[in-house]
Amino acid sequence: MTSGVVSARLTDEQYQRNFSDVHLPLTAHEASIEADRCYFCYEAPCISACPTEIDIPLFIRQIATGTAEAAAKTIFESNILGGICARVCPTETLCEEACVREEAEGQPVEIGRLQRYATDTLMNIDEHPFERSADTGRSIAVIGAGPAGIACAHRLAMKGNRVKIFECLPKGGGLNEYGIAAYKTVDSFAARELQWIMGIGGIEIETGCEPIDSEQLDHLRQSFDAVFLAVGLRGVNALDIGGDDIENVGNAVDFIAGLRQAEALSEIPVGRQVVVIGGGMTAIDAAVQSRLLGAQDVTIAYRRSQSEMSASRHEQDWATSKGVRLLTQVRPVRIIGRDKVQEVELEYTKTNAQGHIVGTGENFRIGADLVLRAIGQKIVQISDVLTTKDGKISVKGAGRTNLAGVWAGGDCAAGGQDLTVTAVAEGRDAAEDIHQVLNN
Amino acid sequence: MVSLRSDFLGISSPNPFWLASAPPTDKEYNVRRAFEAGWGGVVWKTLGLDPHIVNVNGPRYGAVWGPDRRLMGLNNIELITDRPLDVNLEEIKDIKRDFPDNAVVVSLMVPCEEQCWQDILTRVEDTGADGVELNFGCPHGMSERGMGAAVGQVPDYIKMVTAWVKSSTHLPVIVKLTPNITDIRYPARAAKAGGADAVSLINTISSITGVDLDNFSPEPSIDGKGTHGGYCGPAVKPIALNMVAEIARDEQMSNLPISGIGGVTTWRDAAEFISLGCGNVQVCTAAMTYGFRIIEELNAGLAQWMREKGFTSIADFQGRAVRNVTDWQFLNLNFVTKAEIDQDLCIKCGRCYAVCEDTSHQAIAMKPNRVFEVIDEECVACNLCINVCPVDGCITMRQLAPGEKDLRTGETINADYRNWTQHPNNVAASSSE
Ligand SMILES: Cc1cc2nc3c(=O)[nH]c(=O)nc-3n(C[C@H](O)[C@H](O)[C@H](O)COP(=O)(O)OP(=O)(O)OC[C@H]3O[C@@H](n4cnc5c(N)ncnc54)[C@H](O)[C@@H]3O)c2cc1C
Ligand SMILES: Cc1cc2nc3c(=O)[nH]c(=O)nc-3n(C[C@H](O)[C@H](O)[C@H](O)COP(=O)(O)O)c2cc1C
Ligand code: SF4
Repeated sequence: MTSGVVSARLTDEQYQRNFSDVHLPLTAHEASIEADRCYFCYEAPCISACPTEIDIPLFIRQIATGTAEAAAKTIFESNILGGICARVCPTETLCEEACVREEAEGQPVEIGRLQRYATDTLMNIDEHPFERSADTGRSIAVIGAGPAGIACAHRLAMKGNRVKIFECLPKGGGLNEYGIAAYKTVDSFAARELQWIMGIGGIEIETGCEPIDSEQLDHLRQSFDAVFLAVGLRGVNALDIGGDDIENVGNAVDFIAGLRQAEALSEIPVGRQVVVIGGGMTAIDAAVQSRLLGAQDVTIAYRRSQSEMSASRHEQDWATSKGVRLLTQVRPVRIIGRDKVQEVELEYTKTNAQGHIVGTGENFRIGADLVLRAIGQKIVQISDVLTTKDGKISVKGAGRTNLAGVWAGGDCAAGGQDLTVTAVAEGRDAAEDIHQVLNN
Repeated sequence: MVSLRSDFLGISSPNPFWLASAPPTDKEYNVRRAFEAGWGGVVWKTLGLDPHIVNVNGPRYGAVWGPDRRLMGLNNIELITDRPLDVNLEEIKDIKRDFPDNAVVVSLMVPCEEQCWQDILTRVEDTGADGVELNFGCPHGMSERGMGAAVGQVPDYIKMVTAWVKSSTHLPVIVKLTPNITDIRYPARAAKAGGADAVSLINTISSITGVDLDNFSPEPSIDGKGTHGGYCGPAVKPIALNMVAEIARDEQMSNLPISGIGGVTTWRDAAEFISLGCGNVQVCTAAMTYGFRIIEELNAGLAQWMREKGFTSIADFQGRAVRNVTDWQFLNLNFVTKAEIDQDLCIKCGRCYAVCEDTSHQAIAMKPNRVFEVIDEECVACNLCINVCPVDGCITMRQLAPGEKDLRTGETINADYRNWTQHPNNVAASSSE
């Protein structure tokens, strides 16, 4: 196998197979059998386990009685991005973990797939299910077209407000478009969904704008009745061990964005030996997609124990099932290579009495021709006057910042879980609050 | 725009779903929750005279379950309300005051004496209730005391009591019928003759759901003994639909309004009852199985279906199916179909083969690799294979076109309608020619 970072490691057929839908959609027959398993629990635990509190038993009963369109409407009333959420939510730690059948027989009702069945049914008839209320005369600027921004914009527009979204990237969708693993959102779903959501009317979106900065924020605060910040986490944490300028050492998020935007997957170069540093969802996605692009050895190097990884057990198992090696209790100390990376030097670690990670002094090296950093994203601050908490914009209630007329939600706001579905919930709730404040 | 609004005997409700007279409507607390959840109306749990009756203190329900313990049939030995009359009347008044837009009908059962009916009707009118329903249906406990089904099984009594009630109140009067009779048209005609504004049906069916095989007592077992109770829930829907249809197409009834009851569980059931002529439906077991929130699915599902069909009001499809209910002798014998198995959908379980081979017409062939195919020469189109197939739409019936040959009979399909009364094998038909 060719060493170094090269493209076209696989045949077209292999690419197609590796990057097809990870969970096949349910057929009508499968959906009716699965829907029949729901017990229609009273105050069902799955509802409160969903950050957007979708009325799950109701929508499942609607599928069971042959009205998937009505089921979809139930979903969209709580979560207008119910389509992408059905594909990307870690349901094993959300609704499905709470299902009483998980308790009863270790096999929850497949809520995520049923949700996809319902939302696909309605979205395929290509009709927007909601009507916009009469114009309120209010206008709101939304910064960032990720899930938080889109959810907020839709709810505001539905209530009759006018919304303008400012997005600095060439396409809207945020990480739905640039970050989520390719096999979770096939056939340009993110773009199609955004288009469909815009069907409510009253939303204008400007892509490819200059990133909104402090000065522009002041300007927007004057020209709009309110501003919602949904800028996500555009920065990446650095590794502080040098070697950043060595060729083929890069950020996992950039690698994934490149992959998501590629015309053809065969254009994406990948190493023969890939080392991913980190322990979260981004690390898993970068590692798995490297394997699927044809890398021979892919290692995730994580400094704590496996149970401390922020990626769920389900995701860890998914990675190992794809042939990714999980190496835990190791930290990188040096990246070695003259012009191109050749090796990574790692040191074993342990946790000391204070709970800190310390090196044991034992080092070893593993070969690497591509090194991807996935040690966390961080906010690129918009304005010094915004107060922060744990490096994110601090908010009270439904996303109110310390600046009058400015709300924030999604990954950029403190609290929350850095998931698509929490971003949607925060965007929606901020919209309700903004609407209340502006129209009362 | 689709409107679910219902107008039954001039009683208006936001949707055609009423809760039937039963535990869900036995107290103000329940009824308040029901209206808050979105139910269109209630028929209050049957009131009787004081001193109020008492219920057994052991279990009062028996059950029949489908797969996954889905409740298919429920049986009860409960009686009418076991709370004082004053308390119920006070609560009805409060409810009607707080929910003027919802239908509140009061179910009644008192002894067969005119005075008793007059007294209670005056008191019901004072509550502001929208109408009364006469419970001539309860099959257990009360019938032994000369009430409920004891009245409902004798058409003359139905007519007599209904007439008393009509002459003592201005409220709309609904007569609730018992299914524990041989021909539902007789009690229905009696209700009409007595002046009823509508009939509602069915009340529960006399039943024993099971026997405890340890103590040999019928279920539910009270100190080792059991008694017959009233059966309801999804299992009774077919019986209710037939009785509704018999009344709806009976010329002597001349379109007397019907409130459909019996196994209504999903929006589909309601659409079926209404298309067979009902003006609204009443629900008991489904609410007792899943709680009040199913009303959201009932409303949304019915509205979606109506939108798809282009109906804008309940009246648009009410009674649509009545004209298609006929007698067996008028069914078209020249309508010939054959079962057809979709090999792409087939999961190769072989259930169709087992039932056709063992119990029917040996019309399915089992070929190598578990391929199942219909033998047209043998298929009589009975439908059993479709009924036992676990995959919806896998086996369907194909209608043979005129001119095509039926390989079973060797006859060419005739486009003309021909029923039993015109068939040569019908001795009665040929002798009359
Ligand atoms: C690789 C990866 C995989 C993930 N996989 C999953 C998953 O499987 N399931 C899951 O639930 N979550 C997943 N997540 C997390 C999820 O994607 C985020 O939590 C979610 O997208 C946050 O939404 P958001 O709207 O807050 O921010 P984003 O989606 O990041 O959107 C923010 C938008 O704002 C724009 N923007 C930023 N700054 C400015 C500015 N100054 N001016 C104008 N526009 C600006 C950005 O370009 C971007 O489009 C993943 C994240 C990553 C990185
Ligand atoms: C526990 C129980 C008590 C009932 N009590 C009454 C009653 O007091 N009066 C009455 O008219 N019908 C009574 N019914 C019958 C119901 O109103 C209804 O006619 C019957 O259950 C069929 O509807 P369903 O299949 O939706 O349950 C009772 C039913 C049950 C299950
Ligand atoms: S917890 Fe499970 S069984 Fe209960 S309502 Fe939710 S999905 Fe259905």
